[in-house]
Amino acid sequence: MNKFNLLKPDSSNLYKYIYTGSFLFFISTLDVFLNSFFAINITSFLPNFISFILPLVLGLFGLYLIRIEFSGIKSLDLLNKNINTNNFNAFLSLIIIFVVIKSIPPVMSWFILDANITGDTKDACTGTGACWTYIKIWLRRFIYGMYPNAEQWRINLSFISLLALGSVGYFATEKLKKYLTLYYVVIYPFIAFLFIFFFISGGPVFFEFSYGIIAFSISLIIGFFIPKKFKTWYFLLIPIILYISLKYFFFYEESIDLGKLNGLNWVETGAWGGLSLTFIVSFFCLIFCFPVGMFLALGRRSEMPTIRYISIGFIEFWRGVPLITVLFMSSVMFPMFLPEDFFMDKLVRVIIAISLFEAAYVAEVIRGGLQALPRGQYDAAKSLGMDYWKMHILVILPQALKLVIPGIANTFLALVKDTPLIFVVGLLELVGMLNLAKTNPEWLGYAMEGYVFAAIIFWIICYAMSKYSYNLELKYKTER
Amino acid sequence: MSNSIIKIENMNKWFGDFQVLKDINLEVEANKKIVVCGPSGSGKSTLIRCINRLEEHQKGKIIVDGNELTEDTKDIESIRANVGMVFQQFNLFPHLSILDNCTLAPIWVKKMPKKEAEELALKQLKQVQIDDQANKFPGQLSGGQQQRCAIARALCMQPKIMLFDEPTSALDPEMIKEVLDAMVNLAKAGMTMIVVTHEMGFAKEVADEVIFMDEGMIVERAETKEFFASPKSDRTKLFLSQIL
Repeated sequence: MNKFNLLKPDSSNLYKYIYTGSFLFFISTLDVFLNSFFAINITSFLPNFISFILPLVLGLFGLYLIRIEFSGIKSLDLLNKNINTNNFNAFLSLIIIFVVIKSIPPVMSWFILDANITGDTKDACTGTGACWTYIKIWLRRFIYGMYPNAEQWRINLSFISLLALGSVGYFATEKLKKYLTLYYVVIYPFIAFLFIFFFISGGPVFFEFSYGIIAFSISLIIGFFIPKKFKTWYFLLIPIILYISLKYFFFYEESIDLGKLNGLNWVETGAWGGLSLTFIVSFFCLIFCFPVGMFLALGRRSEMPTIRYISIGFIEFWRGVPLITVLFMSSVMFPMFLPEDFFMDKLVRVIIAISLFEAAYVAEVIRGGLQALPRGQYDAAKSLGMDYWKMHILVILPQALKLVIPGIANTFLALVKDTPLIFVVGLLELVGMLNLAKTNPEWLGYAMEGYVFAAIIFWIICYAMSKYSYNLELKYKTER
Repeated sequence: MSNSIIKIENMNKWFGDFQVLKDINLEVEANKKIVVCGPSGSGKSTLIRCINRLEEHQKGKIIVDGNELTEDTKDIESIRANVGMVFQQFNLFPHLSILDNCTLAPIWVKKMPKKEAEELALKQLKQVQIDDQANKFPGQLSGGQQQRCAIARALCMQPKIMLFDEPTSALDPEMIKEVLDAMVNLAKAGMTMIVVTHEMGFAKEVADEVIFMDEGMIVERAETKEFFASPKSDRTKLFLSQIL
């Protein structure tokens, strides 16, 4: 048996080394722990500098002693392999452990121990930690913005209903599964739009509808006399044309009281805000920017020069300007170019602007996926007699989109985190409301709490999205 | 010849400045099996890719099943639907199961009812003996199985002509046989086939005629027996001596 040499650990005296090493490591972390949690310095009898450096030296030596290769103890080998491969890594590991131990007490005390949540006014916040009272009092504003308190049930109900409708996919039977894509891509956004338009926005609901009903009835009556061959086109186009012409050219408003049923109180979009606005903007931007981006990506690879150059121009234009400029333009410049009686809501303009902006990014991400596909896939699809659209919808896009799920998720996360920028046009979502609240004279000085709160909320949203995208990747993985 | 299903006249093709095909003249009668061989870079693959217009030719005429392939051929898709093609790299659709690979085109291009398409696909998969793998994904199959699936997929469109672009070149030696067997069965069933291959055994067994290409030209075209027994050109002799 080898002699026990303190400086040369080997596996023959395994346990002696492990016990000595672990003991030293334990002492060093204990020292830091006591220091950090209870402000006790057990090495205070030593000179200052040595007392400061001692845990590191002890810890390093301890880790050096337990660094024994092929010890046969699984957990020890794992530990050595991961955090203790050499002196430098042991040093880094120790520093990280110390930093974590050191940072727990102040973080804990700020978040919980010294924080206040009781009371209704600023005076309740007496502790040195966070003032959660501020968040508590302002929570309604952070979630609903300036939406009137009495009407907030409309937002709640809309979001709960949409959430319920969105979860349909989990309960769909095998037979209905094939309609799910259609449902999520077309029907669900439309329902969401109706909810937001009629429910959250409110106003004289059926007034708008009356034109629709008249247009539909007229087109239905004429529809009987249209040859069968043109019926699809007829019913796609005529009701819309009739509706628009009725609304904008006939000015029936005075003469028809048919639909003048007052619905819910109208709440203008300027009053919307907070987290609910974050959701609304993100949701519609995500939904719009994706198909637009897809068409741009295909357009950029098109063989037709006109389409290709338009796509390139569009993409490069939107990628070249900052989002904040785009938003500013959409709210200030854009209305100047519109005819006087044509009104488009600020929120709608903002959603369109962000969608087009992000669509340019989505387009380039998707183009990356398209380019990653081998040429053979195109050849195979063509050789089976598929035309351009069939080839892309059935063969190319499913594969390309699967490849770019991480990139798309990236863009979408960036989009969600870009939504606070809509403050430049006066729409205040979560962060906008925080900025407003922190300048309230009664609640000055609590910006920190607000931003931490916003950070946590955004992190939850984004983490959920990234998890979801990862699940999608796994779901569509068909390789070996 | 009246019943020639493919007719190529004075066809020329360039990639940029490089001329890949020079003055190709070729007529193929229905139900004939043609093997195209030659050294790599001789334009064999390009030739058969021109037949279903995966490549465009710049000069000359290609007439497939009575339709001339030109830039303004409107319905190139329906011509392609009648010409099956099998590729060197299989080119199965990796996001679809084997069965879906086979039913995709019949359902969406030929508007066949789903049930009928699945029956047809299973029949074709049984022909190439992989019907038991129908619900797996291409990534889970061996190369030979994938290539047989690719043959079945092409056959599901019930084509009049089958083109094979070096179907066995990307396979392990022991898998070549299973693919060649499938092709031999197909040939015996009377399909019109143009096969680019280096498998001279296959050529001897099923081909009616063999075409030897070099440097973008058809050097020699002869009945199979004659081709192997008494090749005329020196280039063919050299090639055969190296490959056999």
